[in-house]
Amino acid sequence: MAYVAIADRDHALHDPQTFITKYIWSQDHKVIAIQYAITAIGIGLVALGMSVLMRLQLGFPHFFSLIVPNNYYQFITMHGMIMVIYLLTALFLGGFGNYLIPLMCGARDMVFPYMNMISYWVYLVAVLVLVAAFFVPGGPTGAGWTLYPPQAVLPGTPGASWGIILMLLSLAIFIVAFTMGGLNYVTTVLQARCRGMTLLRMPLSVWGIFMATVLGLLAFPALLVSAVMMTLDSVLGTSFFLPAVVSMGQPPTHSGGSPLLFQHLFWFFGHPEVYIVALPAFGIVSDLLSTHARRHIFGYRMMVWAILAIGCLSFVVWAHHMYVSGMNPYFGFFFATTTLIIAVPTAIKVYNWVLTLWRGDIHLTVPMLFAIGFIFTFINGGLTGLFLGNVTVDVPLSATYFVVAHFHMVMGVSPILVVFGAIYHWYPKITGRMLNDTLGRIHFWLTFLGTYAIYLPMHYLGILGVPRRYYAFGGTNFIPPSAEWANTAITISALFVAAVQMVFLFNLIWSLSKGKPAGSNPWRATTLEWQTPDTPPKHGNWGAKLPVVYRWAYDYSVPGAKEDFIPQNQPVDARTPPGREHGIKS
Amino acid sequence: MSLSVAFVALLAGVVVWGLLARRLTAKSWETPGSRDDVEAEGAVSLPPAKVGLWILLAVITSLFGLFISAYWMRMEHAHGDWSPLAVPRLLWLNTALLILSSAGMQGARAAARRAQPDRVRLALIVAGVLALAFLAGQLVAWRQLSASGHFVASSPASAFFYLLTGVHGLHLLGGLLVWGKTVVRMAHPGVELLDVALSVELCTVYWHYLLLVWLALFALLLST
Repeated sequence: MAYVAIADRDHALHDPQTFITKYIWSQDHKVIAIQYAITAIGIGLVALGMSVLMRLQLGFPHFFSLIVPNNYYQFITMHGMIMVIYLLTALFLGGFGNYLIPLMCGARDMVFPYMNMISYWVYLVAVLVLVAAFFVPGGPTGAGWTLYPPQAVLPGTPGASWGIILMLLSLAIFIVAFTMGGLNYVTTVLQARCRGMTLLRMPLSVWGIFMATVLGLLAFPALLVSAVMMTLDSVLGTSFFLPAVVSMGQPPTHSGGSPLLFQHLFWFFGHPEVYIVALPAFGIVSDLLSTHARRHIFGYRMMVWAILAIGCLSFVVWAHHMYVSGMNPYFGFFFATTTLIIAVPTAIKVYNWVLTLWRGDIHLTVPMLFAIGFIFTFINGGLTGLFLGNVTVDVPLSATYFVVAHFHMVMGVSPILVVFGAIYHWYPKITGRMLNDTLGRIHFWLTFLGTYAIYLPMHYLGILGVPRRYYAFGGTNFIPPSAEWANTAITISALFVAAVQMVFLFNLIWSLSKGKPAGSNPWRATTLEWQTPDTPPKHGNWGAKLPVVYRWAYDYSVPGAKEDFIPQNQPVDARTPPGREHGIKS
Repeated sequence: MSLSVAFVALLAGVVVWGLLARRLTAKSWETPGSRDDVEAEGAVSLPPAKVGLWILLAVITSLFGLFISAYWMRMEHAHGDWSPLAVPRLLWLNTALLILSSAGMQGARAAARRAQPDRVRLALIVAGVLALAFLAGQLVAWRQLSASGHFVASSPASAFFYLLTGVHGLHLLGGLLVWGKTVVRMAHPGVELLDVALSVELCTVYWHYLLLVWLALFALLLST
């Protein structure tokens, strides 16, 4: 068993001594995870602030003049890019991936700790370069988060001189950071699992993060290719993407480039990116539901296969983002079909989550509330995805708020609810203290209901035909005055939801010193990270001896067992029999 | 294009399934295991650095695959804008240098297996110098092209020429960094061959891989 030897190689761990090597220049996966998480949440708050400014403009166009149209486009761009890549991707993979993979697999650390540390610092550089765009002449790019050429690099678009270059540079740096981290996550899952941790005994969180990392490793190169080629177009005057355009009366400087080529490359990255964010959320929510319903996950093996199937299919649906690009109808037909097929494994997952709750001993803890909230929101957002996956429905809706509502429900609110649930769930392990329960419940209900108040009316606006991407509306007869009232109501809800997040931040900081001490396994969970000898786990995670795994991750409510959970590392004896029937109360 | 992508995805899926079928069909909820059962399962027993390298090669394959499909699509979408570029004949010499460099690496690996440190050192240095010569040759090819009036922005074909050779060269440079570290470690008196054997092996795999990439790129540049 070579992999055990690897996992246990650093037996006499040379623990870091100084403050700097312990907390800043650290190679410990747990410290790196926290660094990733804090940076991601920090830059995410910037994006949240920009969405507030945009909503103020849309909701009260006559009262506030905080931003001009150029700012609006810059904020749209930065908000989208930050939320998708610098917050969600970095938080799920760099944050939760880093923290959970070694602990859940029973390893002492990632297999390449030094590279793991560099990965974080390179990510930080990417974030700083991104933020630097706010301070250069012309400001950040306003090309929209998809950065479509030719308009992204033509004069007249905000940030066409400096902003776009910094954006592309920052993305390239991010991809380097992600690749270093991703190599670690995949190799650790494959090579450093502890004795007894077979592939099908891994918790679904690890499966989701693992598959998302594989997707990222194969899909991010597409973004790198498009970023490099667009940089050359913009700096050296090549014509990869830029056709001959007469801009501002100047004669064309480029000729023959293909903007459509960029769209293909971008979405070949962009669609897997949706699942890079979704799969870790799927995995984590499965573990939250199982733990807090005291019941094994329904259809574990099918859940694993569904993750694999979604991962593979996500590479053959990209052009459903391009139905309005004038593509061949047969092409559209093909992608509409694959898009509907990918709904099948996704639906399997949703059924299995619901069936996990069926006759479970449901504890409505804060993580559980967020997990159930996720199921609702994901179904809502997923169903409108079925609408938009069909060419004939997508074409009229594509440029409206219906699309905004769809992707915010399915890719914004849903994963963020999982992020919150996961933080409430694992905060006790990370810090040794519980988050405040009352504040948590307030945070959940106001966030959950508030986001519905934001996004449900947007579907209605979309069906009315209200166009997205507009700074202000005027002279459009087909938009009734009620749309303006709806916009005002949406803005009020958005401000409210943004304010509620401050309760969460307060809770995070307050509980660090004032929270109830958690003990090592407050949720009475089976997975390995709750079985560490110390809480929070020390450097090396497991003390003198690595754990040995004897059973799968979901032995909850096993009939005949003394407790309603059996940790993965508990040996088999006559009193803790395995069985198909567990989790069903009679 | 889309159909071929679907086909490749299907094929990859079948291969992965074939590799993992047994492990992914276990009924883990019915089979709690003692240590002995579990040990019989058997995991892949490779050094992590090797697994890491193979995954990295998959990532780089994705990168070059996408560059190459971008090349094809740019040609297809060109609408008469594409004019072929006469590739400098120097590239044939460079290709020969890279093949020799790869052979040198293979020699170093074979010598490491036979535990002949002096020959490892020699073969390693020869291979690295040949790789540096290849890079120098590529730079000369760039100079020749620009001297004949083909700059980066002159035509799409020349833009792709600079881009593809440049990206390939950067990857080789990265390999040379690791090569340099290995040579320095080899030069250290009293080094155990066992300690550097893995580095030599990984360098060899990477060199062969970059040779394959270069041959594919060269064929593409010659044929269009």
